[in-house]
Amino acid sequence: MKKIFLLLIAVLALQSLSFSQSEKFSNAMKQSLALFDSAKTVEDFTRVANNFQRIGDAEKSQWLPYYYAALSLSNAGWMPSVGDVDKNAEQTKALCDKAEALTTSDTDKAEINAVRYMALTQQMTVDPQNRYMSYGMEANRALQKGMLQDPGNPRLYYLEGAGLFNTPPQFGGGKDKAKPVFEKALDLFKKQNPKELYPSWGLKQTETLLAQCQ
Amino acid sequence: MWIRRLIILFLSLVFQSVVQGQIVIRGKVICRKQAVPGASITLKDTYDGSTSDSSGNFAFTTEEKGDHALVVTAVGYRPFEKSITISGQPISLEVELKEMITELNAVIITAGTFEAGDKKRAAVLNSLDVATTAGSNADITAALKTLPGTQQVGEQEGLFVRGGAGYETKQFIDGNLVNNPYTTSIPDISGRGRFSPFLFKGTVFSTGGYSALYGQALSSVLLLESIDLPQRSEVDASITPLVWGLGTQQLAKNKKYSYGINYSYTNVGLYFSLIKQTPDYFRMPQFHSGDANFRIKTKNGGMIKYYTTFSSGDLGLRRPDIDSGYLKNAFFVRNNNWYNNFSYKENLGAGWKMHLGASFSTNLDDIQQQVQDKLNQPKDFPPAQYWMKYKNFTFHNLQNLFTGRVVFEKYLGGLSAIRFGTEYWHSDYRPEYNDTLFRQIDNYTAAFAEGSIYLSKALAAQIGTRFEYSSIINRSDMAPRLSLAYKTGNRSQLSLAYGIFYQKPESQQLYVPSSLGFTKAIHYVLDYQRIYDQRTLRLEVYYKKYKDLIREVPAGYNYYYYNNTGNGYAKGIDLFFRDKKTIKDFDYWVSYSYIDTKRDFLNYPEQLQPAFVANHTASIVTKKFFTNLKSGFNVTYSWASGRPYYNIQTSSDHKFFIADQGKTKNYNSLSLSVEWLPNLGKTNTKSFPLLFATVSNLLGSSQIYGYNYSYDGSVKSPVLPTAKRFYFIGLFLSWGVDRTQDAINNNL
Repeated sequence: MKKIFLLLIAVLALQSLSFSQSEKFSNAMKQSLALFDSAKTVEDFTRVANNFQRIGDAEKSQWLPYYYAALSLSNAGWMPSVGDVDKNAEQTKALCDKAEALTTSDTDKAEINAVRYMALTQQMTVDPQNRYMSYGMEANRALQKGMLQDPGNPRLYYLEGAGLFNTPPQFGGGKDKAKPVFEKALDLFKKQNPKELYPSWGLKQTETLLAQCQ
Repeated sequence: MWIRRLIILFLSLVFQSVVQGQIVIRGKVICRKQAVPGASITLKDTYDGSTSDSSGNFAFTTEEKGDHALVVTAVGYRPFEKSITISGQPISLEVELKEMITELNAVIITAGTFEAGDKKRAAVLNSLDVATTAGSNADITAALKTLPGTQQVGEQEGLFVRGGAGYETKQFIDGNLVNNPYTTSIPDISGRGRFSPFLFKGTVFSTGGYSALYGQALSSVLLLESIDLPQRSEVDASITPLVWGLGTQQLAKNKKYSYGINYSYTNVGLYFSLIKQTPDYFRMPQFHSGDANFRIKTKNGGMIKYYTTFSSGDLGLRRPDIDSGYLKNAFFVRNNNWYNNFSYKENLGAGWKMHLGASFSTNLDDIQQQVQDKLNQPKDFPPAQYWMKYKNFTFHNLQNLFTGRVVFEKYLGGLSAIRFGTEYWHSDYRPEYNDTLFRQIDNYTAAFAEGSIYLSKALAAQIGTRFEYSSIINRSDMAPRLSLAYKTGNRSQLSLAYGIFYQKPESQQLYVPSSLGFTKAIHYVLDYQRIYDQRTLRLEVYYKKYKDLIREVPAGYNYYYYNNTGNGYAKGIDLFFRDKKTIKDFDYWVSYSYIDTKRDFLNYPEQLQPAFVANHTASIVTKKFFTNLKSGFNVTYSWASGRPYYNIQTSSDHKFFIADQGKTKNYNSLSLSVEWLPNLGKTNTKSFPLLFATVSNLLGSSQIYGYNYSYDGSVKSPVLPTAKRFYFIGLFLSWGVDRTQDAINNNL
């Protein structure tokens, strides 16, 4: 009996060692995701981005930490207190590049393109008149590329809708144009079934903006 | 019981390891005694780490043991790495970061230059700005005249910068000198620039102290950088009462190359019959012009570009002759111009870049001037009446120029770089004046080197020198250039520029053999600039000294020699403020210049303020876009104080003297332009019409550019624009094929 227990302990100890790698990763990710959800200021998002980047640097083969690091920075990028929009966006795009190099899946790449779209859009809004043809076009390309990579990604449609929502009707935007896109996003959100740790953001934002379109 | 004991033992073991293992690592991240917030601190290859707070402090716990590397990174700083040994004790350390010099935070060398381009922070004017500046009529030179340091000269083409004459400003496209940037000069009427602003993605307009990479311009250089690949394929058409044009630009599906071809025909006959012109045009101005280009992106991110343009046109006009009440002066010009520009930029690896350039241009002017009687018949004069006889002439002027240039650039880590290269210009001019040929061949060679050194992100220096040799005058010179820039705050900086600039005499001054050498100018420029949030404030003071300017020495009533004994100075202040932010969709700039300058050159008997210089000039340019109307309204107001004018005559003892002089009245011009883009923002449309209308000098202020005198000085007549106002309306159509989809499909 004793022997069996000793064996059990040994097995448990070994298991705890091996579980550590994947479990440690997912715990650290969950912890950082909780921080991400509660982040409110540019400083908060920078801190979270740094956390994710540390995980990514240590793991070396996971795309998700870099993706979330980029997402954190792109969230900060919408805030007026970010200061230098270009600097923040360039950093966001560099993290997107790192994430993209670590995955071959088109659906993952579609998620990354959603973040890229946000960074480019932020850069465009610095000087829309002069930057529309460069950053604006590049942003649209990222969005369309993402939609081709994964036509079922709801976040891309949410972003397209939000873009239309914020564009004056004279420029081809407006609530009427945004509404069907949001509806499509909502539809896709209902269908989505993300794996653990995979991106799932955007439903709440879609619902809020869609409500304003009614 | 023993099982329980065992479990407790096991758990306590686990806990112990946890409790024992937690070591605190804390510290502070600083740079030059200043806290660095937002730095990421990482225990390499672990998840452990932290982010520094607003006072640079950080703290985190780790269970790791033994030797590890602590990595600290922050944007704008060099990564920091330190090996630490984690034992049982908490660790406390101070991390000193070193700044990284990047384009985003570094000082920029700005003295004397107006740089435009989207990526540059110092963006001042881009092609859209040029097109939407009221009164510019999409002419680059006209738009640049709203910047400080330039003169409102309307009777001659060219940029008259800080007391310099028009020919003292040179234009370069992708590094290659442009020989005939304007349409042929007609007495008292300014020519228009040959190049559309939409050919260029970047413009550097230097009002002084420019880089050693360029030379042969005493006052200023205008550096135009042509666009790389266009955004999309399109077909364009322009329909206006003056110009009809059709063209296309094709971008390859793989976005690796593009080509384009355009044609336009200008005939002002219809316009001149509607809007009365002062001169009597017996030959309505008309021009055919065509251009073509190709651009190829190379494997290593380099770019090959070729652009060619051909134009052919003629015009004839008649004006009253000033020396007689009843005769007329008829002036006829036919011009053919062919311009070719080639450039090749390549990344050679290891921080090396190469810029190759070549251009060839040939320009032929056929000019005939004739004194005519009431019936428009030619009239001849005896030699004794030489002041009338010289008005009858023919001038057949062929100018060929070939230029070749190579520049190597090596980045020395960060932004510091060295550039060096050489260029060669071969000019073959064949001016034929009344059947006398004055052929001139010049081989001009230059070698130059320049280093941009960033001592820190706040201090940069650019040191260069240029060696030049011109075979026609058989002279060489060495022109040193120096600029310093110092960042005085986050958004403000001071720069200083110094340089020596040489320019060879003008072609007509070399008709007769002489021992003329280079003319010379020394520039000192001090510049303060503050850029914040889409607002630019720029203040510049300068001092220039001229030496060895060309002087005419009378050798008789009707001809003179040239020598290099001229001199002069210019000093002044330039102010510029642009604000795109304060009012939504409203962009405006204000410029003001004051200049004090005198020159003793050409036929000036003593140091005089040149006739092309006004002491005070000012412009206000405003642009307001109404998104709901999809229209933009632009208003430009330019003002200049009066300019001096002189009647310089030759005395019987062969000396120049001032027979009469005065000052013109102030110059005023209010211009308005409107553009309407009905399909703006429509994503599903393929056509983009643009309706554009403008009127220059809306209030019809009388603009006097100077006075012409009769030979005996008894008659004085003002130099005026050919009409008080200029009107223009045009419809520009563009049908585009967005290649976005193709590019995406190809990349997947």
